[in-house]
Amino acid sequence: METLAMHISNGIINGPVAAVFAALALAALTVCVLRGRRDLDDRLAPMAGLVAAFIFAVQMLNFPIFTAGVSGHLLGGALAAMLVGPWVGALCVAVVLVVQALVFGDGGVAMLGLNITNMALLGTAAAYLLIAVLLRVLPRTSTGLAVTAFVSALLSVVVASQGFVVQYWLGGTTDLGGNLAGLSGTMAGVHLLIGIGEGLITATTVVTVAKVRPDLVYALRGLRRPVTTRAVPAVGGVR
Amino acid sequence: MNKRPWAFVVGGLLVALVLAGVVSNYASSHPDGLDSSLLKGCTVDADDNITGGSCPAQQAKDHELADSPLADYGVRGVDNGFLSTGLSGVLGVLLTFAVGAGAFWLLRRRSTGDATSGADATSGAVSGADGARATGPAVRG
Repeated sequence: METLAMHISNGIINGPVAAVFAALALAALTVCVLRGRRDLDDRLAPMAGLVAAFIFAVQMLNFPIFTAGVSGHLLGGALAAMLVGPWVGALCVAVVLVVQALVFGDGGVAMLGLNITNMALLGTAAAYLLIAVLLRVLPRTSTGLAVTAFVSALLSVVVASQGFVVQYWLGGTTDLGGNLAGLSGTMAGVHLLIGIGEGLITATTVVTVAKVRPDLVYALRGLRRPVTTRAVPAVGGVR
Repeated sequence: MNKRPWAFVVGGLLVALVLAGVVSNYASSHPDGLDSSLLKGCTVDADDNITGGSCPAQQAKDHELADSPLADYGVRGVDNGFLSTGLSGVLGVLLTFAVGAGAFWLLRRRSTGDATSGADATSGAVSGADGARATGPAVRG
């Protein structure tokens, strides 16, 4: 058994349930295209391509978590939602998952709808809801931005992991003997730890982009005043 | 005024290429959160191969495209593991960017009139806020 697979493999969820989620994912991505077009302009389009490429790169970087013998990797929903918004962000993660399934043999092609639902749709949606709340509550400093990124990324990973549990409940190919709660708890626990890594990567990346080019951070649009770390406007203004 | 994102995008791509092309070789090869959860109930050896027990991961079937030249994040025919992983990462980043940026570019909202001023005029409040922010600090300072 090779250990490079990172997403749901063929055979884990039965065909009919996988097909239903494929249809669901296709419908949801269509909505994302329609809504996302309002955000996509000449500046956001190349930025969104970069976000997809960056998520692909960082997903390759499995990091060890505190539990021995287990690793985690970025899912990217929160990062995408912060940088390019929820609609285009979900599409970015979906592009990554499609490339991984069709070219890198990672995540069954028949399982693509399940993987897209968990990571591109659920993860990004959960992250953006948290981002929208936190950015209004927290101070508009780079610390506030970092906390927003960290918390939304951490929790979005746990939400995405529970999406899998629901899918397994509907169409898992092994009888868990009624111990679905066990799977749910295992997934939540391990993804809470992975979420810490996800949060650190997301916060570092978003704060870095906000320092270099605050105008390219979608989540900072529409706030009445910019996130001010003094350095931010200075750098932006000078260039 | 709104600056073009291309310099930033090229810089970001270079970072992604280094991460996928070099740093990826230092990634953990243990099963990730999902795979390890599906291994619960089974015993595994030092290489994470299943040695016994019963767990959901045993139902896993081969990937449809397991013969893809880039399957499992390696380049078929390249024997050096470091090079194989790194090269597959570089190709993956470039491919993902090409697919993503290409699709998003085709989908983008096209403005009437010339590219820059037209985009600003049509996106209204959002661009207005951006513009104010971009020039704001300079004015205030």
